[in-house]
Parts: sequence; structure tokens; C-alpha cells
Amino acid sequence: MERLALLAATLCYLFGFSHTLFALGAGRFHPGRFNILAVALGAAAQGWYLLMRGAAEHSCPIGNLSETLLFLSWSIALIYLVIGPAYRLSLMGAFTAPLLLVLQIISLLLPNEARHGFLRPNPWVEAHAALSLVAFGAFGLACVAGLMFLVQERQLKSRRPDPIFHHLPPISTLSETILRLLWAGFLLLTLSFAAGWLAHVSIDGAKFWFSLLIWLLYAGLILGMRTGVTGRRKALGAALTFLIVLLLLPVIQHLSTR
Amino acid sequence: MNILCAGLNHRTAHLDVRERFAVRESEMAGVLERIRAIDGVTGAVMLSTCNRVELYAASLCQLRTLDGFRSILIERAGLEAPLYHHDTPQAVRHLFRVASGLDSMVIGETEILGQVKKAYSVAAEVGSATRTLHKLFQHAFRVAKSVRTETQITSGPTSVGSVAVELAGKIFGSLEGRRVMILGAGEISERTARSLQSRGVRSVIVSNRTYERAATLAAEIGGMALHFDHWEKAFADIDILISSTNAPHMILTPEKLAPLMRLRGGAPLFVIDLAVPRDADPAINDLDGIFLYDIDSLEQIAAESLTIRRKEVCRCESLIEEHVGGFIGWMRSVHSPESRRVTP
Repeated sequence: MERLALLAATLCYLFGFSHTLFALGAGRFHPGRFNILAVALGAAAQGWYLLMRGAAEHSCPIGNLSETLLFLSWSIALIYLVIGPAYRLSLMGAFTAPLLLVLQIISLLLPNEARHGFLRPNPWVEAHAALSLVAFGAFGLACVAGLMFLVQERQLKSRRPDPIFHHLPPISTLSETILRLLWAGFLLLTLSFAAGWLAHVSIDGAKFWFSLLIWLLYAGLILGMRTGVTGRRKALGAALTFLIVLLLLPVIQHLSTR
Repeated sequence: MNILCAGLNHRTAHLDVRERFAVRESEMAGVLERIRAIDGVTGAVMLSTCNRVELYAASLCQLRTLDGFRSILIERAGLEAPLYHHDTPQAVRHLFRVASGLDSMVIGETEILGQVKKAYSVAAEVGSATRTLHKLFQHAFRVAKSVRTETQITSGPTSVGSVAVELAGKIFGSLEGRRVMILGAGEISERTARSLQSRGVRSVIVSNRTYERAATLAAEIGGMALHFDHWEKAFADIDILISSTNAPHMILTPEKLAPLMRLRGGAPLFVIDLAVPRDADPAINDLDGIFLYDIDSLEQIAAESLTIRRKEVCRCESLIEEHVGGFIGWMRSVHSPESRRVTP
């Protein structure tokens, strides 16, 4: 049953992404309609899986890398469902779906045994982990907005825009979205660190330094944006920093479960 | 019962002629009443825009309706009307094409749909739209929506001004409160600035080598004149720069703009170079935050949009044909002897 929920989520994201590609190719794209539905259904299936897994483990289901990636992609999907329709960010779903799909497929391929015996979890540790992943969800979506910015900027610079140009949001809107998402993610990450500090548990030195590095990277990025950098640099910063986070995530996960 | 369409449009009559036959909104009720008084006419909707004057009538006798309509037009305009006319099903097809923008001067323009809706609502208000016409126009609105959403007939802008507006929209989102600077007070830059103003651009600064010309244009478009030697001072505050000077050399170069861009706090700049020879060095497009379009690239985008629209016409026609079939089927079922027997 758990596996079915995961497969259903994967199919939803795959369907959303391929439908957009097909619709764009055929010139019949209707902004916002299908992607939101596909991501919503995918997120619902993931949520169902995480709920069942959480009930089985008696804790937030982020005990291994597979679960962590699932939780991360679920966070990205949920934040997209809030941000995408609210800001009318046409095509954001099409850019979000492949990222969700990749995270989903990797998590499906990784070993994913349920943890048992965590009957009395530390709520501060749970809050720390969950808030961190929601923060990374916001950073993930900032990365998506950054990639959209770079595509749209390239279209504008080319002076021969492709049909996709008409469906992508304005670069100023994307630039604002990136900044807001980075702020939201940064605040959540700071809160998660505070929760981790309140948990009063011993922390691996390397994990601490890796986490601090990520926090500093985002703090530097946000500070840099206040000094009047161009939208292109904001977009590149958001995209590259999240890629670094994705590379560091397995390391932090490994150190957390050691 | 038949549907008759009769009228004149931009293809059959010159503007001088069309304007003589145009019916103002205030006159519409009276004209519709006169048309309904023609023997055999049960209902009428009159469409009068800058490009067409057309009657859609539910009629029992096409010939009498056409003659009556022609007489009314001749009486109003004082000259013979170069009328075309269509019977069912061509009249149905014609309305569907008109509402979808396929019969417009600029293929795929969407303003016509609003004008058709207005014509229908005026006729409905004065009780001139019968059941058949209600059904016909409601169907036409559905067809227009379907054509717009299922094809690319409305794709892209089709004039230099509208291309500039679309590009500005893709850079800045809303144009509300944006600032424009015009370098060189030419006619095309004035038209482009007006297009941008119609979309919410707040202030326009005009700078010209002849200050008086700048002041005149600024007064015409509600902007502010600036001495040409000082245009760089306003550079940090503008969002869009329209350049169309007669300078023999390039005045917007990377060497000049790179230091000025640093004063803008990362804000993007849309440069529209309408001058021939060009005012802007193409290399400024490589600067971070600058988006340069010259007259060729703007015209090319407009031409490509029109090409895409023309390619879509066949798809639109087949969509419309399906709907014409559907509507004619409905008409036959309603006006068949069987249905007349059932309907009290």
C-alpha cells in the first residue's frame, strides 16, 4: 500500500511534466490548470505515504535518505501549491514537476526500511528535522524560480523568443519570488537550528559545520541581494546554492543517522 | 426560418465608405426597430465597428429582408451600399469567423469578440434577438473561446508597439508606474511611447537635440522635456529607453552604459532602438540587465506572430466547421415539422 502511494505520486509528477511538454509542443498550453492538479495529486499521494510511515515509526518519517528526499519533495510540492497559484506563476509547475520526479525516483531506488522502536521521540529533534526540510523545500522552489528566470532571460536576450516565452512569467516577478522564497527558507532554517539547539542532544561536529555552511551560504546570498545585484545573479545564486545543498544533504543525513 | 447576414467590411469598402454606414450605439435601437419592421424579419442583431457594419437577421424571406436593409442603409448614408450577403449556413459560418477574429484586418485580434458581445446585448435589451439569434450568438461566443484556447490564433503581438509592450511586460510584469525615456523625438518612438502609456507607464522623459521639439512632444504626450546633454543624469531612474535619434554614430555603447548600469541597483533596462542607422551598439545586449531590441528584431517578432496566426487559420476553420454543423443540426431539429407539432 505504501509503495503504491509512492508509485502514484511518481506517475502524477511524470504525467504533469510530460503533459506540459506535449501541450507546449502542440501549442495548446493552458497555464496553471493541469500542473497544479498533477502536483496536488502527487503531493496528496506522498502525504498519504508519509502519514502511514509516520504512524508506523511513531515519529516524523525522515529516518533515512529515501524518506528525507520524499519529505523534501513533498515540502517543495506543498510550497509550490501555495506560491504557484497565488503569484500566477505560469509554467512553474512544469519546472517543479521534473525536480519532484527526480527526487521521487531517487528515493524509490534507495533502500527504505521503516524504523521501529522510536516510541518516545524528542519533539525538538522532530521539529528541527521537519523545519529544515520545509526550509529546503522553499530553497528548492527558489532554485526552480531561478532556472525559470535564466530560461526567460535567455529568451529575452536572444531577440528571437520561442513559443515558451509567452508562457513564462516576467523576470521581475521571478526575481521577487526568488527573494521571498529565500527569505522564507532562511527564516525556517534559522528556526530549525533554534529547535535543534533546544533539543539538547549531542551533535556530530562535521554535521554542525556542514549545516552552518549551508546557513551561511543562504545568509550571504540574501545579504548579497540587498546590495543591488542583477536578477540574473540572484537566479544563478539560488540555483547553484540549492544544488550544493542537494549534494550536501546525503552527507548530513548520513551523519545524523550514524 | 433562415439566418441572413448582410453588410460591408474592410475588404469590400474603404474607410470613407464604411464611416458613412456606421451606426452609433445611440442610434442602434431605432435602426433595429426599422429592420424588424421589414416584412418577414423576426429578429435582428446589428454589428457596427470601425471595420464592419453587418446585420444578422432571423428571416422568413431573405430577398425582402435584404432589400429592406439596403433601403435603410441608402436612406441613412445617401449612397448605394456595397453589400455582401450570406444565407444559412454561410451566415452562421461568417458570424463564427467574425467572432473568432478570422475575418478581422489583423487575424486573431480579440477586440472584435467584445464588439460582437456588445451588439448582441444591445439587441437583447431592445427585444430584437429571437430564440434562434440568442442561440446563434451564444454559440458564436463558445466558438470564439474554443478557437482562442485550442489554437494559437491570438498568439503574439503583431505591431512594433504591441511587441514593445509585450516585451516590457515580460521584463517588468506590470507597467504601472514604470518610467520611459525617449531619445530623439521621432514619430515611431512617440507611437511606441503611447502604446506603453496605454498600459500604465507613468512618466515619459523626452530628450532631443532640439530642445523645442522635445518640449513639444513632451507636452503632447504628457511627459517632461530634458536637454540632450543631460539624458545620462536621468538614466538611473528609467526602466525603458526608446532611442530614435538621427545621430550618424552609435550613442549607446557598452563603454558608456556599463558604468551607468552600476547606478541602477540591479534593475533591468529595456532598450528599444528604433533609429536607422542604429543608436545602440548590439554589444550592450551582452551587459547584465540590459535587453536590447532594434527595429528589425521588433518587426521580425511581429511578422513571426502573424505567420503563426496564418498557419493556425486552417485549424480554426475546421473547429468552426464542426460548430457550424452542430448549430445547423440544432436549427433543423427546432424548425422541423415534428418539433413544430410538439411545440405548442
